[in-house]
Amino acid sequence: MIHPHTLILEAGRADRQYWQDLWRYRELFAVLAWRDVTVRYKQTIIGAAWAVLQPFATLVVFTVLFGYIAKMPTEGSTPYPLLVFAGLLPWQLFASSAGAISNSLVGNASLISKVYFPRLIVPASAMVVCLIDFAISLVLLMGLLIWFAYWPGWQVLLLPGFVAMAVLASLGPGLFIASLNVKYRDFRIVIPFIIQMGLYVSPVGFSSSVVPEQWRLLYSLNPMVGVIDGFRWAVLGGNVNFYMPGFMLSWCVIAFFLWLGIRKFRQMERSFADLI
Amino acid sequence: MSDIAIRVESLSKRYLLGHQANTPKGEDATLRDNLVGAARGLLRRTKEMARGGALVAGDSVEDFWALKDVSFEVKRGEVVGIIGRNGAGKSTLLKILSRITEPTSGRITLNGRVSSLLEVGTGFHPELSGRENIFLNGAILGMSRKEIQTKFDEIVDFAEVEKFLDTPVKRYSSGMYVRLAFAVSAHLEPEILIVDEVLAVGDVQFQKKCLGKMQSVAGEGRTVLFVSHNMAAVEQLTQSAVMLRAGRMVERGPTTEVVHAYMTIAGAGNEVVFDVANTPRKYPGNDKARIVQLRFDRIAPVFSPGEPFEFMVRIQSNSDTSGARISMTIFGADGTPIGSCFAPPAISLRARSISDVRVTLPEHMLAPGSYYCGLSVGTGDHITGVVDFDVVLDTLHFEVRPEKGEDSTVSAWTRAWGTIVFNPLKLELEQSPLQVAA
Repeated sequence: MIHPHTLILEAGRADRQYWQDLWRYRELFAVLAWRDVTVRYKQTIIGAAWAVLQPFATLVVFTVLFGYIAKMPTEGSTPYPLLVFAGLLPWQLFASSAGAISNSLVGNASLISKVYFPRLIVPASAMVVCLIDFAISLVLLMGLLIWFAYWPGWQVLLLPGFVAMAVLASLGPGLFIASLNVKYRDFRIVIPFIIQMGLYVSPVGFSSSVVPEQWRLLYSLNPMVGVIDGFRWAVLGGNVNFYMPGFMLSWCVIAFFLWLGIRKFRQMERSFADLI
Repeated sequence: MSDIAIRVESLSKRYLLGHQANTPKGEDATLRDNLVGAARGLLRRTKEMARGGALVAGDSVEDFWALKDVSFEVKRGEVVGIIGRNGAGKSTLLKILSRITEPTSGRITLNGRVSSLLEVGTGFHPELSGRENIFLNGAILGMSRKEIQTKFDEIVDFAEVEKFLDTPVKRYSSGMYVRLAFAVSAHLEPEILIVDEVLAVGDVQFQKKCLGKMQSVAGEGRTVLFVSHNMAAVEQLTQSAVMLRAGRMVERGPTTEVVHAYMTIAGAGNEVVFDVANTPRKYPGNDKARIVQLRFDRIAPVFSPGEPFEFMVRIQSNSDTSGARISMTIFGADGTPIGSCFAPPAISLRARSISDVRVTLPEHMLAPGSYYCGLSVGTGDHITGVVDFDVVLDTLHFEVRPEKGEDSTVSAWTRAWGTIVFNPLKLELEQSPLQVAA
């Protein structure tokens, strides 16, 4: 008779019960996420206020830079700060989450080389911290809406969908780079650079309607274009024109990167402990 | 139900090793050599990356088999020690057994829930409090939240840290930290427990407590695989053992026999060599001679109680000296000096020559435990005054293992008795017993 907990270890065998194992280790996921959240603002003076302060400072700079100096057009009658902030929120979620995921494996090297668990838990729990920071900045967004006496329409109900889209957009490239980072630490240096570039090529400080019509589809190859446009549409309501083909294209790009990221991660996962 | 808990079948694991090519390095290298070397390395690494291989430092890469064709079985409830020198493959075996890394070939069958303990306090976060770390570490080791909650008080009790439960562990003393870490691990309840050298931490009192806890775990019919360099612990805890050597299994049987084999295998390569030619010295000597190498001519520096303590010293002398001697101080593992002795001034050293000297302490009288000794070469002794040519401390670590009783039980020497086993007392009756009036 076979023991109920029989486990066979062979080269290439770990794949089989993978998703089942992932479910079995859900408590570890919760604990690691809780750890990252708890530790995040320990021994700081203003604590979680940092989650508000950073986007707020960026908001001020971008509003002055793009709205007043470069005099970019806003969408309809939307106040420029609102336009910027509705783009900044999903961007920050994407950027911090992609960064956290990319460094998560190397940052937890001691765990990975000493205990077994499905490695996907590590990047997943790293993402939770970014979601919580995002939730805090959402409060700031509400404050801004009240300040400008701006009432969002029914579209705001679809907001969670766009949040999920931002998370998925960060997950694909994040996982891909996280796995490569284990082997080639070059990527740790490259990530902040890419993210910084991304801030300027994504429609964060300006509306994507300033992009000439014939280039818009091409511009949407940057998946964050779809995410940010969608987010703005949900928050600012009918004032924003929504470019459907670009949005669909962004989804395709996100799906492709997600597939690529997970595939790479799963393929390299079994050798993480040897390489890290 | 089958009574085999662990079955390992022709298990092998390969790693890649990098080597530096034989080109001029350091001071001799010209800028051109360095550039060419760097370019060659970059080219190789780029090729490697394109193929998706791992980055290995060095100019060329070679296969290294950390484990080669290892097979054995462990019965349910058996407590098995795994011994072998550094690099024999013990840690690799444990890593494969605990699923951290995959074997290159071969197969392992584990019948039962497995917990492995390759380190105490894995995942402890310095910023979190003791209480938080118990939950964190517990979850990492595979305990459910409920399980930890029911055992929480027991864990805190065991670790003796009640007062500091809400202090971040970065403020803990190292002793408290280790106690808390081990306490969590000690309350795991798997059917198969895999333990690496984790008993080598904490103070003596706590080590004993842990040994006790481990023994009770074994007593409950659990299967335990136990890796250690500490022969005394292996002999106390396990009935049978596996000995690995250069990735292969060379011995499997009752612990006493395997440990005996481990300590007595002689021949080439079975020596423990410490190269001290260029290690920094705490006390500078006058450099008339220098100790360049220390060596135990045995597979491991482990000595039995009655056995003479013996090692080799290689001395390089810079001037002619007659009447040189070697002196030695033995320290306990905690650094307390235990005693010293001087050899008679019998060595003659010739300038610019190297001599090997065998040093023997016929009766070491040391109680079972870990020790190290400091050595000096020089002239004079505690009576005539000492001149040291060279002093080497902190290098020569060794171990005295507990005496075996006739029924192969291990003798108990309590730490409270000290570290020296004096020669047996002599008792003589001087007077015939007096009659005591009733």
